[in-house]
Amino acid sequence: MPPDLPFLTRAWFAFACFFRVLVSGTFAGSVWRLQEAQPVPPPPAPAPVPLPAAPVAATPDPALQLLALLQREGRFVDFLEQDVASFSDADVGAAARVVHDGCRRALRSHTKLSPLRTEEEGARVTIAEGFAPDEVKLTGNVQGKAPFTGVLRHRGWRARDLVLPTMVKAYDATILAPAEVEL
Amino acid sequence: MSDPRYIIGIDLGTTHCAMAMALLPTGDDAKDTSPAVTAFPVPQLVTQSGMESRPLLPSCLYFAHASEGALALPWDKERTFAVGEYARTRGAESPTRVVASAKSWLSHTGIDRRGPVLPLGAPEDVEKISPVEASFRYLEHLGEAWDRDVAKGDKSLQLAAQEVVITVPASFDAGARELTAEAAAAAGIEHLTLLEEPQAALYAWIDARGDKWRKEVKVGDVILVVDVGGGTTDFSAIAAVDSGGSLELARVAVGDHILLGGDNMDLALAHVAARKLEEQGKEVDRWQMVGLTFACRVAKEALLNDASLASYPLSIAARGGKLIGGGLRTEITREELVATVIDGYFPVVEASARPAVRPRGGLTQAGLPYAQDAAVTRHLASFLGRQADAIAKVAGASPTTSGTLLHPTAIVFNGGVMKSPALRERIVSTLDAWLVADGAAPVRVLEGSDLDLAVARGAVSYGLVRHGRGLRIRGGTARAYYVGIESPAPAVPGVEPPVSALCVAPFGMEEGTNVDLPAHELYVVVGEKVRFRFFGSSVRRADVAGTELHRWKKDELAELAPIEVTLPAGARAEGDVVPVHLHAAITEVGTLRLEAVPTTALVAEERWKLELNVRGEV
Repeated sequence: MPPDLPFLTRAWFAFACFFRVLVSGTFAGSVWRLQEAQPVPPPPAPAPVPLPAAPVAATPDPALQLLALLQREGRFVDFLEQDVASFSDADVGAAARVVHDGCRRALRSHTKLSPLRTEEEGARVTIAEGFAPDEVKLTGNVQGKAPFTGVLRHRGWRARDLVLPTMVKAYDATILAPAEVEL
Repeated sequence: MSDPRYIIGIDLGTTHCAMAMALLPTGDDAKDTSPAVTAFPVPQLVTQSGMESRPLLPSCLYFAHASEGALALPWDKERTFAVGEYARTRGAESPTRVVASAKSWLSHTGIDRRGPVLPLGAPEDVEKISPVEASFRYLEHLGEAWDRDVAKGDKSLQLAAQEVVITVPASFDAGARELTAEAAAAAGIEHLTLLEEPQAALYAWIDARGDKWRKEVKVGDVILVVDVGGGTTDFSAIAAVDSGGSLELARVAVGDHILLGGDNMDLALAHVAARKLEEQGKEVDRWQMVGLTFACRVAKEALLNDASLASYPLSIAARGGKLIGGGLRTEITREELVATVIDGYFPVVEASARPAVRPRGGLTQAGLPYAQDAAVTRHLASFLGRQADAIAKVAGASPTTSGTLLHPTAIVFNGGVMKSPALRERIVSTLDAWLVADGAAPVRVLEGSDLDLAVARGAVSYGLVRHGRGLRIRGGTARAYYVGIESPAPAVPGVEPPVSALCVAPFGMEEGTNVDLPAHELYVVVGEKVRFRFFGSSVRRADVAGTELHRWKKDELAELAPIEVTLPAGARAEGDVVPVHLHAAITEVGTLRLEAVPTTALVAEERWKLELNVRGEV
């Protein structure tokens, strides 16, 4: 709240208020409530953001949770964090089998992956007008108007129904794998 | 108490549990429609703090160390043990804190099955539990999961108040069935029925085929159910018989309890791979052996399902963060798979082959009595040979040509191992060779149900059958039961006194029935525990209550855990000798109830219950 105002300022403010009370119903209402010594009601709280159906509070960080899952099932972080340059292809290949086997199992049991296009790669496809640009990316000599005809280079991927473990108690999502000490 | 609204089927498996459900038909429903049977995915801890709902609940129980804190579930934040997937993974990392295969312990007569024995070799801070309590813990978890996801606070919808059908191996004897019922009672289940697993598998097949099944099964068929799961192998024969012009199904024979399953096969392959690694000078530690066993299961399934693969690579990571370079690498070749799994566990044998029995070593550790012969086909030959006459006395059965073995006309597979076409094919071709040699036709394979969940779903179908939806498989008890009576004879050193066997419960007693008192009197002493030796037979079908056997063929009767009765002093004087008759009844639940009834009762309805499952002298 401003401190006590000098007389000239108050004279100008009274004059200004006179006209604003005349022309603005909202302003008039505010002054009326002030005059009745009632506090102005607070502005309405922002509408709550609708929550997804999944219990979000229980999954504080799905990205870290997914990373922990891939590490647990397929040693994903171990693999990326090791320098591959000094090892033979056979060694890297053997490790890749562990990662591939585990991560694939983890992904398949937690989400449904499917290609966006059913045609074989290399097939000629026609993209009709009104296609979704995030589903189909046009490359090469892109010009003119739909329908576009071209060669399918990549079928794309879509993940449906990603279901991650529900966290039952407070946990630190930044821990991707605990240290292990054998007794 | 409110009326149940659901039928719940629980497959309380050796390695995994599964649950399925259906709404109970109400009076308004048409008689010829049957409510749909659906599987219930079970929420369970998969990490220390993360929970997922999965179709199967691994039958493992893990006791957390105090330093770990609680293994919280949404319905219990303070819990210090876990059931399910997290318990299974911890079993590999910290095996002495984990109970697994509790069900196999439940049928092990060499231990006190109500005594705290599990986990074997547990550290001191773990409070050991009995096989019965372990089974109770799995049921408790399933109940809590159901109450959270279905009942949602409505007491009348809680699992304990619904109609529950729990499946047990057909080979479970009266004692193991009783203990399963005890575990269910501890979980508060009010309306319980027990069902044999192979029967559940057939109910599931019938449900999956819909109306078409009647075209595939005709009067005269004998359906063989071959159930090879993670830990046990179970056989049953079910005959399609004529009953006043309509078809009826009757379970006519069950096999012995065989501790042999897919886990044994994975372990056998892992030993093959470990031996190869050791020949290369590489060491395989315990932790890597677990990884190797798991990798071998993947390799086994891949090689069995794709005949074009010559080998399947195995890669076992080192335990530390250094993934590349430190691991073990080998492969399982097709020759090794054929030698180890197909020829090792399913060898082509003659119909006359029988499982080898090795004398047990003098210093055997306390452990499960695993099958001594790994060959499933030899166990099958033994089952069919022993049960050659199984359908001869079944009312309505078509007369069959007598042969040296039971002649199945159709086969239903169940259990995770039987998902493999190569193994099914091996069983079918071996069986066909036996049948053709014995003058019978080859079998038809009845296909079409999900082998992982079939037993739980079939249990629900059975629940619906009990409400008039579908055809019931008749069967009754799969064994006749006998009490051992020592005949008076002068003592001869080194010779056991002769024992005769008095039949107290005949083969094929139906639920809710009882038999007349046999005339034979036994004597018990008031105030003292009196024990009787107890026997079961899965082949002697003609004996009635009161039949006394003085001699029998070696494998006709199997000795079970002894039974015990204590007469409280009460109206009688301590030390009095009271003549009694033994009276048998099969309860509605499906358990055997034996009572001692005094020849002259002092008060009305005077009778004492006999305790099954007393620990045998080893």
